[in-house]
Amino acid sequence: MLSAGILGITAPLLKRVYEGGAGAVVTKSIGPKPRPGHPNPTVVALEYGLLNAMGLPNPGADGFSEELRSLKGLAVPVVASIFGERVEDYVEVAGKLSDAGAVAIEINCSCPTVREIGLLGQDPDMIEDVTRAVKRSVDIPVFTKLTPNVADVAEMAEAAKRGGADGVTAVNTLKAMAVDIESCRPVLANTTGGLSGPALKPVALRCVWEIAESVDIPIIGCGGVSDWRDAVEFLLCGASAVQMGTAIMHRGVDIFSSIASGVEAYLRRKGFRSVKEVVGRAHRTA
Amino acid sequence: MWGEHIERLKMRTVPIEKVEQEAEDVKTFVFIDEACLSAKPGQYIMVWAPGVDEIPMSLSIINRGGFSAVTIRKVGEATEALHKKERGDLIGVRGPFGNGFEPVKGRCLLVGGGTGVAALAPLAEELLSRESEICFILGGRSRNLLIFLNRLQTLLSGRGELLVTTDDGSYGLQCLASEGTKRIMEEKPFDVVYTCGPEPMMLEVFKKAERHGIPVQASLERLFKCAVGLCGSCAIGEFRVCVDGPIFNSKQLRSIAEEFGKTRLDASGRRIKVDK
Repeated sequence: MLSAGILGITAPLLKRVYEGGAGAVVTKSIGPKPRPGHPNPTVVALEYGLLNAMGLPNPGADGFSEELRSLKGLAVPVVASIFGERVEDYVEVAGKLSDAGAVAIEINCSCPTVREIGLLGQDPDMIEDVTRAVKRSVDIPVFTKLTPNVADVAEMAEAAKRGGADGVTAVNTLKAMAVDIESCRPVLANTTGGLSGPALKPVALRCVWEIAESVDIPIIGCGGVSDWRDAVEFLLCGASAVQMGTAIMHRGVDIFSSIASGVEAYLRRKGFRSVKEVVGRAHRTA
Repeated sequence: MWGEHIERLKMRTVPIEKVEQEAEDVKTFVFIDEACLSAKPGQYIMVWAPGVDEIPMSLSIINRGGFSAVTIRKVGEATEALHKKERGDLIGVRGPFGNGFEPVKGRCLLVGGGTGVAALAPLAEELLSRESEICFILGGRSRNLLIFLNRLQTLLSGRGELLVTTDDGSYGLQCLASEGTKRIMEEKPFDVVYTCGPEPMMLEVFKKAERHGIPVQASLERLFKCAVGLCGSCAIGEFRVCVDGPIFNSKQLRSIAEEFGKTRLDASGRRIKVDK
């Protein structure tokens, strides 16, 4: 799957990524109103990852609904990523995007680039409330995306489960920053941002592992997947599906088909009959 | 895989080596940067005014004795901050990014309007080194807003044709650059048209080239944030201008006819009209 925040701002780009081999595509996070996001610099490329502080730019639920409707009839499975500052915002946006044809909702309550949103995902009661409110308001599956910026990620997954989530996406980016030594100032206009890419992968794997150990809920793994081996690692730790985004920077939108065929070849070589036999397998040997 | 091109993607903070006034509101900022030395004409860099903003700029000089440069018109907050900078002040650079122009050996028509000339000047140098024939149309609103007139006169003297157009007739032909394009296409055959400038101008140039069956390479501009093909803020059709472009060929331009010269995304991703 294409992860949230990457390219999913227009219908033609969502379609292109789907045709590039993604099983489903997640939109950029959509809020109730248009939002320009933070000024540049909004990204910093690092040795083993990427920092971003986009600041949730989006055309708003009404504007984006039109964009989604233009995909009607093309059978592109679109998961709508949503955010808001209050529970009512999430409910409003989920309803509009569900009506516009989204096949599932992913609740972004954990974006580290915007303070109000990032904090929500660190409070299990808030996660439970927002998940329950969204789940009650739509008829499509609801996933809650969790942040690694907490002491106990499994506790957050448990809260999402209590709220009725059909699954959790683990994880969002890790709060981070970069400083320029020549101009002696932070590089990101927002000072702090979220770390993604290979540097995030070991942290994300650990989060998926901890959730799978203690909560019975489907997990979508996300964080630093760059090739099929990374995808298999997430499956082994307990993820039933994986998302990727940052790797497109180096490998383009064709990465999705190469990961899918790589995982298939792995299954054949190891004699597994389906992905299900791999999901969580590492827990049995640990 | 990861880390292969990482030096090019990272921000480098470099001192400005030289500032040149090109026109009333246009300056060229010369700097030294390893990765920019091997840039292709038409590629761009992200230029950071520390503490203010970061904006995309075509390279206007590529490896002239180890120096590179961007040429910037003062139009907003970021460009104003850059215009205040002097020799020794710091700017950040990322890149070069994007696909760049494909050099064609043959009869080349280059049509540049306003600061769009910045991307075409290094291309003209490259084409001459490949022994292509060049006709360069340099357009501007008036004489004091033309940039690179001397540079192009020197470059093309005895080796190519230079046609200058100004909207007010204060220099060269009094007409739009696209009108000059129409006239020259009726006079002579060309194998390719390269264009960079205001989008309505490029749309006109494209239409005229289509009528004559001449392939076009046009340098488009959209709002760039990440510049590495991830954020989608520069979407046009199914393309990301930052990495799939900024140079688009005729086939691609036909496929984005609904948006080219008509609409673009604003910072929030809403569709708005392209500036006239």
